Amino acid sequence: MLGRTLREVSEALKQGLVTPTELCQRCLSLIKKTKILNAYITVSEEVALKQAEESEKRYKKGHSLGDLDGIPVAVKDNFSTAGIETTCASNMLKGYVPPYNATVVQKLLDQGALLMGKTNLDEFAMGSGSTDGIFGPVKNPWSYSKQYREKRKQKSHGESEDSHWLITGGSSGGSAAAVSAFTCFAALGSDTGGSTRNPAAHCGVVGLKPSYGLVSRHGLIPLVNSMDVPGILTRCVDDAAIVLGILAGHDPKDSTTIQDPVKPFTLPSLTDMSKLCIGIPKEYLTPELSSEVQSLWSKAANLFESEGAKVIEVSLPHTSYSIVCYHVLCTSEVASNMARFDGLEYGHRCDTDVSTEAMYAATRREGFNDVKL
Amino acid sequence: MATPVLRWCCPGRRWVFAGIGGVSRHGRGVPTGSTSSGKRGQSSVAQQPLITAQKPRKGEREWAAVVGLEIHAQIASNSKLFSGSQVDFAAPPNSLVSFFDASLPGTLPVLNRRCVEAAVMTGLALDCHINRRSLFDRKHYFYADLPAGYQITQQRLPIAVNGSLVYSVCVGKRRSQMVTKTAGVKQIQLEQDSGKSLHDSLRSQTLIDLNRAGVGLLEVVLEPDMSCGEEAAAAIRELQLILQALGTSQANMAEGQLRVDANISVHNPGEPLGVRTEVKNLNSARFLAKAIDYEIQRQINELENGGKILNETRSFDYKLGCTVPMRDKEGKQDYRFMPEPNLPPLLLYDSESLPTGTDPQQVINIDQLREQLPELPRVTREKLVQQYGMLPEHSFALLNEVGLLEFFQNVIKETRAEPKKVTSWVLNTFLGFLKQQNLAVSESPVTPSALAELLDLLDRKAISSSAAKQVFQELWRSKGKTPAQIVAEKKLELMQDAEALEQLCRSTLEAHPQVVTDVKKGNPRAINKLIGLVRRATLGRADPTVIKEVLERQLSL
Repeated sequence: MLGRTLREVSEALKQGLVTPTELCQRCLSLIKKTKILNAYITVSEEVALKQAEESEKRYKKGHSLGDLDGIPVAVKDNFSTAGIETTCASNMLKGYVPPYNATVVQKLLDQGALLMGKTNLDEFAMGSGSTDGIFGPVKNPWSYSKQYREKRKQKSHGESEDSHWLITGGSSGGSAAAVSAFTCFAALGSDTGGSTRNPAAHCGVVGLKPSYGLVSRHGLIPLVNSMDVPGILTRCVDDAAIVLGILAGHDPKDSTTIQDPVKPFTLPSLTDMSKLCIGIPKEYLTPELSSEVQSLWSKAANLFESEGAKVIEVSLPHTSYSIVCYHVLCTSEVASNMARFDGLEYGHRCDTDVSTEAMYAATRREGFNDVKL
Repeated sequence: MATPVLRWCCPGRRWVFAGIGGVSRHGRGVPTGSTSSGKRGQSSVAQQPLITAQKPRKGEREWAAVVGLEIHAQIASNSKLFSGSQVDFAAPPNSLVSFFDASLPGTLPVLNRRCVEAAVMTGLALDCHINRRSLFDRKHYFYADLPAGYQITQQRLPIAVNGSLVYSVCVGKRRSQMVTKTAGVKQIQLEQDSGKSLHDSLRSQTLIDLNRAGVGLLEVVLEPDMSCGEEAAAAIRELQLILQALGTSQANMAEGQLRVDANISVHNPGEPLGVRTEVKNLNSARFLAKAIDYEIQRQINELENGGKILNETRSFDYKLGCTVPMRDKEGKQDYRFMPEPNLPPLLLYDSESLPTGTDPQQVINIDQLREQLPELPRVTREKLVQQYGMLPEHSFALLNEVGLLEFFQNVIKETRAEPKKVTSWVLNTFLGFLKQQNLAVSESPVTPSALAELLDLLDRKAISSSAAKQVFQELWRSKGKTPAQIVAEKKLELMQDAEALEQLCRSTLEAHPQVVTDVKKGNPRAINKLIGLVRRATLGRADPTVIKEVLERQLSL
């Protein structure tokens, strides 16, 4: 059941072939079994089981809330969840329990989804490996795949299995690993400069970064306000489309969301490729690109072309400036967004009480980590 | 030893300068009073602290002062600038704090429409150009009452620019003439207020109340077009009246709804401007002029003694009556201004540019706001002068007291008496009684109807003006009685019987032949004695002027 698509599971739930509680318990036991991955910071077992109970009641009455009703999901630990600790994998917010839900979290809950827990990440989503959080690194489930084990056995002898594992990429590594390990059907990540797409690629799942302004950032603890978006991680593209349909739309609490109304949509089934035009940005072919990635890229392009799609070269002329802009924006906005962490209203506060300045300095030194660029 | 000439930059204001030997050139003795607050009176000139010069001065120098103002006015709105929490100045600490105000991570600002309207209305009233597109920025600094570590303001492109504030100052020996002056309005911007810190030195702690954090502020920047404390105070007063008339701010300094910072420098006329200091914490209407004048004087003294003015921030110490450097502002602050990424540019429209089919709730039409602007104080005053023929300074006085204009207009409505009489009674007698007992107009025991009735009695010559004053006093003291009742009780009616008066006069003349002779001899004061006698005989119920007429006629003078 856990390997099915959202639509299939939803149908199964409606037909009573499986109950939300069964789904929930299976996912919870799998989370326990895959603890070594360190994908979850908080497992909200009680909450999830309660939600499953409510969902079950709805299904019995025939009043399901939609495609996500009774479906286990996970949320990256930089989204505010009311009553559930939200740490951003940092000492600064250890023990911080938000009093409100992020808009995207609320939308999932309003659809009846079951919240399995909060997933691990790079501290404050700053990183691309999911290795820099205070709860330790997230391990890629593929580290335990037969292929990888074989490879390692050949290369090293006698070394413990545990010391060799693959990273998930980041910063939404925990969400990617959670989805990849079948512990949930969908997970929320965040994407500023690839933090959803990167771990999705590493973990072999679908990672969607919606266009800025399409999905509300209210409740997403920000890194770079100008670029952050909530990201969606699922095991198939259709699932991502379903989740996007639920999450997208104007939020009065987020002034940067677009005002135009958004209607949920179904992806058309692509049988006629001839109407499809694929652009390959020529500026992306850089000398630094690894040959493995380049060949995969060509393989995908060729696949489309052989099926009848038009594959053309396009130019994105500002590509070379993007990384520079990113760094300027990133460093300024991060410094700005981190200014609020002073220990006064919430979060970690040091023991020093000599003066306000001393308290700020000590709190921030203790709460923050080094940024490894 | 030449004493520096101080130019009178302000009509009626003088820069007292301590000369060696103690007497300045302008004939005013240098006060040797102490600087203790006990001696503080209304006249700040007489109470200035003594500064004796140590070195001989270099020669005749004139001084001119340049004063610019930054005013922060709290916007009168139901909720804060970027969040939905309420605005209320008397609520228990930390009871009006939303998640955004507390800077909980993940919360985002949402712009308050009413605050934008308030900014546009104020800009229109001050003849500003309203920027159709304005931007929000973050101004960073660490302080306990600034939860997010930054304030959202408008540094690059504020909502309104290039306006002017027209105000008046009293000139002349008796300060009875009004002269119009203008101060340029550099810009008006929207920004957040900070929370409040309460320093508890006993327990070595600071308590933070975030009720005020996030309340909308209008920052009005006035160009350095003012030249002394009095002008600055007059400009502030006019701005207060404008904001109150618009309803965009209650602008009450005592409640912290209007806060003023001054930028002050001095220079010799014709030479470049001097180094300026910023004086903060000018939160009292009474001490505003005093503080600015003190700083001007301090700078003059410093420069005259060969010293230099530091570009620093100072604060006004109310107890000592002087400005002191603010110790925690060492070094220049780098605010690291940055565009606020969570707020798109603010776009305003007018009737021409308004796109068709837009939801009126989602857009602001400047032309519509302009049409709905209430009457400005300047216009109200002009109307009063034209309609009632009163002096300009009277129109100022009527607008200067809360509720006084309404009181005046209500009396006018109900009385037949001349407007000039009403003006005089309201501004002199009525206001005098209020001030004596420190009451607001709303607390007055005398209603407009009562005063109107009293003025009618006077107008009909049913009572004399001295009797009227007695009636007014009684009205003030005892509630519920009407003027007519009081007149009857105290038997204050003027004699209406002309024949009886003639009779009384004749009998008085007959009874005092000696005084009659004195009058006929040409003694001017003798007739007053006769008038007095007749008045006593009438028990004060005859008008002295009428008595005089009758007596003079009877004496065939």
